[in-house]
Amino acid sequence: METTTTRANPLIDPQLHIWHGEVALYLFLGGLAAGIMIITGAMRLRDRNAAWSSHLALLSWCAPLLLSLGMFFLWLDLENPFNALRFYATFSWHSPMSWGAWILLLVFPVSILFAWTQTRRSASGRLARFDAWAREREAPLAAWNVAGGVALGLYTGILLASLAARPLWNSALLGPLFLVSGASTGAAFLLLFRLRDDERLALGRLDLFLVAIEIVVVGLWLASLASGGRESRAAVALFLGGPYTVSFWTLVFAVGLATPLAAEWLERRHGVVPGRVAPVLVLIGGLALRWILVSAGQSTGWAIDVALH
Amino acid sequence: MSRRSRYVMVIDARTCVGCSGCVIACRTENNVAPGHSRDWIFTETAGSFPKLRMTIRSERCNHCKNAACVRACPTGASWYGPGGSVQVNADKCTGCKACIAGCPYDARFVDPRTGTVDKCTFCMHRIDRGMPTTACQDTCPTQSIHFGDLNDAASEVSKLLATREWYTLRPEAGTQPMVYYLK
Amino acid sequence: MNRRDFIRIGATSAAGVAFLGGLPTKWYGLDADVLADPGTGGDRVVPTFCELCFWKCGVLAHVRDGRVTKITGNPKHPLSRGRICPRGAGGTGLLYDPDRLQKPLVRVGQRGQQTFEEVSWETALDEVAERFERIRQRHGASALALFYHGYGGNWMKHLFKAYGSPNIAAPSYAQCRGPRDVGFELTFGHPVGSPENTDMAHSRCLVLLGYHLGENMHNTQVQDFAAAIRSGADLIVVDPRFSVAASKARTWLPIKPGTDLALLLAWMNVIISEGRHDRDYVERYTYGFEQLREHVQSFTPEWAYARTGIEPHVIRDTARRMAAARPATLVHPGRHVTWYGNDTQRTRAIAMLNALLGSWGRRGGFYMPASMEIPKYTSPGYLPPERKAADRPQASDYPLGDNVLAQGLCDASITGLRDYDLKGWMVYGSNLPTTLPDPRKTYKAIQELDFLVSVDVLPSEICGWSDVVLPEATYLERCDELHAPGFREPFVAVRQEVVPPLYDSKPGWWIARELGTRLGLTAFFPWKDSMEYAKDRLHAAGHACDVLQRDGVIQGEQQPIYFEEGVAPEFWTDSGRIELYSNELAQHGFDPMPTWHDDELEEPPAGYYRLLFGRAPTHTFGRTTNNRLLSEVYKENEVWVNPSVARRWGLANGERVHLQNQDGVRSEFSAPVRVTSRIRPDAVFLVHGYGRNAMKLRFAYGRGIDTTGLITRYKVDPIMGGTGMNVNFVTFVKAALVSGEAAS
Ligand SMILES: Nc1nc2c(c(=O)[nH]1)N[C@H]1C(S)=C(S)[C@@H](COP(=O)(O)OP(=O)(O)OC[C@H]3O[C@@H](n4cnc5c(=O)[nH]c(N)nc54)[C@H](O)[C@@H]3O)O[C@H]1N2
Ligand SMILES: Nc1nc2c(c(=O)[nH]1)N[C@H]1C(S)=C(S)[C@@H](COP(=O)(O)OP(=O)(O)OC[C@H]3O[C@@H](n4cnc5c(=O)[nH]c(N)nc54)[C@H](O)[C@@H]3O)O[C@H]1N2
Ligand code: SF4
Ligand code: SF4
Ligand code: SF4
Ligand code: SF4
Ligand code: SF4
Ligand SMILES: [Mo]
Repeated sequence: METTTTRANPLIDPQLHIWHGEVALYLFLGGLAAGIMIITGAMRLRDRNAAWSSHLALLSWCAPLLLSLGMFFLWLDLENPFNALRFYATFSWHSPMSWGAWILLLVFPVSILFAWTQTRRSASGRLARFDAWAREREAPLAAWNVAGGVALGLYTGILLASLAARPLWNSALLGPLFLVSGASTGAAFLLLFRLRDDERLALGRLDLFLVAIEIVVVGLWLASLASGGRESRAAVALFLGGPYTVSFWTLVFAVGLATPLAAEWLERRHGVVPGRVAPVLVLIGGLALRWILVSAGQSTGWAIDVALH
Repeated sequence: MSRRSRYVMVIDARTCVGCSGCVIACRTENNVAPGHSRDWIFTETAGSFPKLRMTIRSERCNHCKNAACVRACPTGASWYGPGGSVQVNADKCTGCKACIAGCPYDARFVDPRTGTVDKCTFCMHRIDRGMPTTACQDTCPTQSIHFGDLNDAASEVSKLLATREWYTLRPEAGTQPMVYYLK
Repeated sequence: MNRRDFIRIGATSAAGVAFLGGLPTKWYGLDADVLADPGTGGDRVVPTFCELCFWKCGVLAHVRDGRVTKITGNPKHPLSRGRICPRGAGGTGLLYDPDRLQKPLVRVGQRGQQTFEEVSWETALDEVAERFERIRQRHGASALALFYHGYGGNWMKHLFKAYGSPNIAAPSYAQCRGPRDVGFELTFGHPVGSPENTDMAHSRCLVLLGYHLGENMHNTQVQDFAAAIRSGADLIVVDPRFSVAASKARTWLPIKPGTDLALLLAWMNVIISEGRHDRDYVERYTYGFEQLREHVQSFTPEWAYARTGIEPHVIRDTARRMAAARPATLVHPGRHVTWYGNDTQRTRAIAMLNALLGSWGRRGGFYMPASMEIPKYTSPGYLPPERKAADRPQASDYPLGDNVLAQGLCDASITGLRDYDLKGWMVYGSNLPTTLPDPRKTYKAIQELDFLVSVDVLPSEICGWSDVVLPEATYLERCDELHAPGFREPFVAVRQEVVPPLYDSKPGWWIARELGTRLGLTAFFPWKDSMEYAKDRLHAAGHACDVLQRDGVIQGEQQPIYFEEGVAPEFWTDSGRIELYSNELAQHGFDPMPTWHDDELEEPPAGYYRLLFGRAPTHTFGRTTNNRLLSEVYKENEVWVNPSVARRWGLANGERVHLQNQDGVRSEFSAPVRVTSRIRPDAVFLVHGYGRNAMKLRFAYGRGIDTTGLITRYKVDPIMGGTGMNVNFVTFVKAALVSGEAAS
């Protein structure tokens, strides 16, 4: 079959090039923030009275901070940034991007309030009244923090998954994948800082668990694409011999998943307090996953094999 | 009698010669950004010498009834306009490009002059003003392009779809395209 | 820094401003959605006719704030019927081409170096007049030649006739449709003309030989073609290439190039031997049927199969279908028919086949054109020139060539090839180096000239070789001669100024008149401007000019156009009948009936492929290849190569190659390969008009391959002097192997 088209729209043909690193960074930072929210919220829920190391408490502030940074990247990606507030002029229930915009808006106060409750300070005056108000609600805030994190983490995947026109993204597993990946990068991020040994051990265990799950989800995702229709098979072929094979299997799989899994498993077996190598690799893998997916997904579509005229 | 219109386009692939008259006419009518096009010509040749078959089509946004672009748009900038046509309101467009990623037909693009999304409008600025034709239809030397109201049984498009064999592009994408091609 | 970067930097530094910037734009989701108007409707709409090719469709130019925003079809104009082709719609790409000629130029360097100095019109015109006068005094006015193409050329023709030169030629004759018109005149006593008097819209069976409608975009013809498809006409297309037209056909005959005459003879054989011709028509109107019956007896489908590669049963089947639909069967005469040097005979065979089918003068065949009578402008009569045209080696050569041969004038400028030498040229709207075959000869002729002036709108190759270049205003900026051709319905159309000329360009009529004044021919230019001239002619015909200016066209009364409607069958041949046998040809020593000569067709040498060429719908030769608007759709030609050939040469789709012909001439530039089953394995195909080497065409320069450069051989039609150009063979040279050029 010979096909030709006269269409040669910049950023569209011969394949989409509409989203670049900014979007990958946004998805990565969003997932990371989600992970931190889930983990810190869950840790607080598990033990209401645990005394956190001062670093861990401070790190809960990273969720809103990293999220802001992510949103900044998203804003950079907008072709018409002057209309950015339009996101909040409406709610389009059918648009994950709109859900995302509003989730971000809700997640911010929750994560800030939660972080407030986790950090010690002496407040006075009006601030003291607020402080007391917030502290009374520490438990529900922690729960909201987890819920917000889950929503945010899932959303980063669903945003892509909802775009049915891109077979690589169009999978129900992308939401869970981004959620797990976000959580594991969250744990890894926390492990970069100076925490108490018991905290490190707990986070290391958690990360090992999350990475293991992520490997399973990645496998399921690829398998479901490979058993899908013509377009899905063409999409997954990008990683199975196609142009993204090397980057995906080295950066995402070997660096981001297999090596940290092995390292964390060994640390655990030998009872060693987790170091920083595995977490760094997990973060690299998490970023690579999003970068590669954003890029590769844009080369998949319904119109394949069209020669440019 | 009040009746809602359903605007559709019926393109006769049997007579279309792929001349691109519609492409150039659209460019000038709609002041489309240089280097970009809202419509384009697609050809498909099957078989091998000398047993060949070729299909030639003028393609554009399908003004889908279940438009993936409208669903993806977070700001309502992509909307269902007159007769169910799919329109973009540049005033609301952030250039987030979710609609572009969502369109199975790659029918949209960013107008680099404004940073907002552009695509075929079914020449609604003409239709709205009571003109009967789109610019591409107006110029087409082979009269292969027909625009009209599918809810009007007497319209040319209704008659064509009732009497000729037709297909839509990639119906499996589930967007319910409203541009029909006659075999 | 691209726009994205710019926005990013700008936006980053103004983040706060941006957020506030959103505020004033009614952003609370309550604002109604509006339909944007692109604002291209004209505040003035001026009817005129197109010049992107030579078909002259009526168009409406929309002007907004002094700028032409868009061009659409004029519904009142019979040639466009409100619809136009892509080129016509892309006229603004010419009007606003940044590379347009802006001021008169006088050469400063060597010829061909493309170095000029801008001068005033006074200086330029004085120079031209002085050089013309010098040539006239020394060699006579006949030492001057005019090459022209395009409607504005009429003014220059007038100028040259008044001056007394017989050497006036257009490439639309010997490089284009000359053989066809001679072939039809020999048979029916009428040429086919332009617009062709074909009644395609009503044909029930339509046969195209080469004539690649859909790529060849002559508007009305394409419209009629579509009408025929729509009404279910039986379409038969003969072409070595699976053309767009072929893709619409019930039967495609992928003929071996150059063998159409054999096929035509076989078709006549089938139709006559099976008694399927229109007996009554043949009896009433034709001359020499018995001779023809004899003549075609041996040209059986089996005989033709060996030449054409078309299977006998297909030849029989198609012939029967043609006969079944007669007289509404049209075997189209084609237009660009200067292919193999036997072109008059081939097109005559087409005419004869039509005669057998009784289609001339019949609905669905050929209608009899009607035209509006518009008296000529009364100016002094031209004196007969002192000498005959210098276009042929012997005055007796090409005895039936009734126009001056453009390539002949070119030859006559090379010392000693003709009775007398041409010393000066004016070239109006014809890019000779890419138009006449064998450009090496064209350049040699130019080098021998005393003086060359070109009138053009763009800095084409011919301008680069001129001594003086005069910038004409484009068709949207000028008025021209009235247009009142023979057509289905009589009409007269006007070209008028839509916007004033840009830069220092001037309309052709003004240039001709100014030169005329300087050459002492004032009496021939008594009018103030072309509008006054047009008005005078119109008034003499009893029409109002303001109506014409308002509508762009005035239609005459519909007249009968078919024999069955009462048009008298008149054939302006010697016998007064349709001549199947031509005594005139016999007298001149030619075959009185078309005959196939096996030795006439050369086979490609091993490893070479026949070079074929044609049109892309968005372009007209080289005249639009610099048009940036039209180039958005098609910006470079491609070398069509059959997959088996590509495999043999290891050519990948998109890989750049040069072509080299049988004489070792290699294309200056390269073009990408298009591997496609749509072309026979013994030929390659290119769209004509690319490979431009005029440096000032900043867009077109260096894109693709020039077909003309590879046409170093051509076969002259002995009957009328047309240049058969499909007789060259090429092979591939990968661009990656050509030094100095990177593979890209
Ligand atoms: N190799 C090869 N040679 C061919 C052909 C082919 O297919 N292949 N085709 C043949 C045929 S069919 C024909 S009809 C001829 C055509 O031959 P030409 O008419 O010579 O064709 P172009 O190359 O388009 O040259 C047109 C020139 O006119 C200029 N021009 C455009 N508009 C105007 C205007 O309004 N005023 C003036 N003054 N100049 C203008 C353009 O800039 C350009 O320089 O070529 C013949 N020669
Ligand atoms: N878009 C566009 N339209 C144009 C023009 C243009 O420049 N651009 N130019 C106009 C002009 S001036 C002219 S004269 C006409 C020319 O247009 P046509 O008269 O249609 O020209 P052809 O030379 O018949 O067309 C070339 C076709 O002939 C086929 N061919 C080549 N060799 C042979 C052969 O041996 N036998 C057969 N049967 N077919 C063969 C080629 O494959 C190609 O498909 O087009 C007019 N229309
Ligand atoms: S203008 Fe008409 S014939 Fe030409 S490509 Fe468009 S639809 Fe087809
Ligand atoms: S074709 Fe694409 S842009 Fe057009 S309505 Fe359908 S989904 Fe939207
Ligand atoms: S780019 Fe504009 S139209 Fe498209 S989804 Fe974003 S806001 Fe909506
Ligand atoms: S309907 Fe209008 S906007 Fe759409 S392709 Fe045709 S001319 Fe362009
Ligand atoms: S056929 Fe096209 S280019 Fe030629 S005159 Fe008509 S509109 Fe113009
Ligand atoms: Mo021509």
